[in-house]
Amino acid sequence: MIARLTQDERRNALIILGLVALMGAVLGLAGRDDLLGWHGLLIVIFAAGLALPILGALDAPEPTEDRENAYYDDPTRLGILLSMGWAVFGLFMGVWVAALLAWPELTFVDSPWASFGRLRPAHTTGVIFGFGGNALIATSFHVLQRTSRARLSGQLLPWFVLLGYNLFCLLAVTGYFMGITQSKEYAEPEWYADLWLVVVWVAYFLIYVLTLARRKEPHIYVANWYYMAFILVVAVLHIINNLAVPVSFGQVKAYSAFSGVQDAMTQWWYGHNAVAFFLTAGFLGMMYYYLPKRAERPIFSYRMSIVSFWGITFMYLWAGSHHLHYTALPHWVQTLGMTFSVMLLVPSWASAGNALLTLNGAWRKVRDDATLRFMMIAAVFYGLSTFEGSFMAIRAVNSLSHYTDWTIGHVHAGALGWVAMITFGSIYYLVPVMWGRERMYSSALVEVHFWLALLGTLVYVFAMWNSGVIQGLMWRTYDESGSLSYSFVDSLVAMHPYYIARALGGLMFLMGALVGCFNIYMTIRGASASVAQGDRPADPNADRSLVAGE
Amino acid sequence: MMVFDHENLVRIAKSWGLFYMLAMAVGVVIYAYWPKNKTKFDEAGRSILDKDDKPWR
Ligand code: HEM
Ligand code: HEM
Repeated sequence: MIARLTQDERRNALIILGLVALMGAVLGLAGRDDLLGWHGLLIVIFAAGLALPILGALDAPEPTEDRENAYYDDPTRLGILLSMGWAVFGLFMGVWVAALLAWPELTFVDSPWASFGRLRPAHTTGVIFGFGGNALIATSFHVLQRTSRARLSGQLLPWFVLLGYNLFCLLAVTGYFMGITQSKEYAEPEWYADLWLVVVWVAYFLIYVLTLARRKEPHIYVANWYYMAFILVVAVLHIINNLAVPVSFGQVKAYSAFSGVQDAMTQWWYGHNAVAFFLTAGFLGMMYYYLPKRAERPIFSYRMSIVSFWGITFMYLWAGSHHLHYTALPHWVQTLGMTFSVMLLVPSWASAGNALLTLNGAWRKVRDDATLRFMMIAAVFYGLSTFEGSFMAIRAVNSLSHYTDWTIGHVHAGALGWVAMITFGSIYYLVPVMWGRERMYSSALVEVHFWLALLGTLVYVFAMWNSGVIQGLMWRTYDESGSLSYSFVDSLVAMHPYYIARALGGLMFLMGALVGCFNIYMTIRGASASVAQGDRPADPNADRSLVAGE
Repeated sequence: MMVFDHENLVRIAKSWGLFYMLAMAVGVVIYAYWPKNKTKFDEAGRSILDKDDKPWR
């Protein structure tokens, strides 16, 4: 990878890493009496770890080929590997957290870092930002170049974004284990990590805009619109929700600029749109490119994809208040969120339908090709979870579902069924293309992964639906004298079998991901010879979907 | 002069909010389904299926 940088670029990389290390050192010194000191140290080690191989290769020969003649896929390759690594970590954390809910004594170590409250955000950050975020960055670089017919802008910028983003994830997760959190769900990291992410994210947006500016294909393909909405809106959400004043520059603790119900509304405006633009818009970008590509058919209706794009971007922004039904939030704001949530069903189903109609006529391929089947199931679960979401946003329904496992079931129908499935499908398409192989090492193992993932998702989601509805009903059942029929502990006992089932479903899902890692590793290993030839992407037609009977 | 206090913002949101959203929705649908744009969009949908092994120069 370093061999493809000029000596000037290697020097510039060292300067950037030096600045990052300096920043870490300053943070570490200022915060030496605080947990911040450890994070300063982590930043220095991270930068030094990247600088060492570059130092070693500083005088190595420069690239001789004309780099503008080929796409820049090294960052995508590393991004895929990082994404799978984070998947294993995040899913393992999920299984652990699920096991803790079923068997609370499974902490193993009697120490604060292993408590539920710290492991849970390590799970959510690991899967959403680690697994999902890296997959989004990796695929967006790939899609952007292929649809613009232009090489990525910059040699170092893509690396800065990918590695800088992973530094943010590391700071976040290690912080939770130490007890650092600002207690906003999905926005737990404190001020210094938040500021760092702003820098990284601006660079990400720059890459997108600069590459689009060099595009040779005049029309900007719809997937890029989704990716850009994801980048732009996440930047806005992140900055506003994290406005805070640190106690001092030597301490991790900061106080939010908002308080009371404004704070709650800002947080859930952020939280819901993190779902909408991180977990939805970005992955829709993936779907609109990789699904047609793998099926070798154009998207059923390109025009409908434009209409759903504007519908999703404009309506989602108003739906956040459905997380705050029956709170101090003014009633009309709740109603506004509820109304927009119900309307959201239209553009959401337009996207899900568009994907499924694209496959209409190619069902043989879906039957024979597990990669395409991952994408099809993703579209089905996307339709399902958006229907469910619109339903749960209705105030009366929410009075039953809120605080219960129904919400957790909804979350994972979206997260496992939609986000993870579309990601695995896209990765199975990408890996052979990126490493110059004709196909994955073993299509049988892709098949195994598919069934483990599907089964795991179904077990998880059905367990949580059952458990959630039972829980909700038990909490609202009164006897003739008007007192509650069940105590909280009664409902807890009723949950127990479902929690065991969920942990098993999650374990299946994790095993599927492990099978995927092995398959990807073997695919890459088998191709090591052809990669050394240069970063010219392989002929994508080489990885045509499997023919029946193969 | 109008003051941008809570009352006024709520009034604007509750009245004009509806109209600009509707206008946008109509605008997007007209743009997407304008007959002259059909070939352009059909081509865009097919364009990603072309061979894409190298940047264009
Ligand atoms: C092996 C698979 C997984 C297992 C076993 C698992 C398990 C869990 C558990 C036990 C919780 C806590 C529930 C509670 O507090 O009652 C949770 C929360 C959560 N998980 Fe997972 N999870 C898995 C995969 C994923 C994936 C792939 C994603 C996202 C892409 C995800 C996103 C989330 C989110 C967003 C929450 C927070 C939900 C909320 O606060 O409402 N999970 N998960
Ligand atoms: C039209 C689309 C959707 C609507 C209207 C919607 C609506 C909702 C509602 C009403 C809740 C429960 C809020 C509460 O009672 O606290 C919720 C929670 C959640 N949804 Fe959705 N949803 C949609 C799609 C999705 C998708 C596709 C995903 C995932 C990929 C997702 C992820 C989540 C998460 C993570 C939460 C839990 C938030 C938390 O409390 O931590 N949603 N959604």
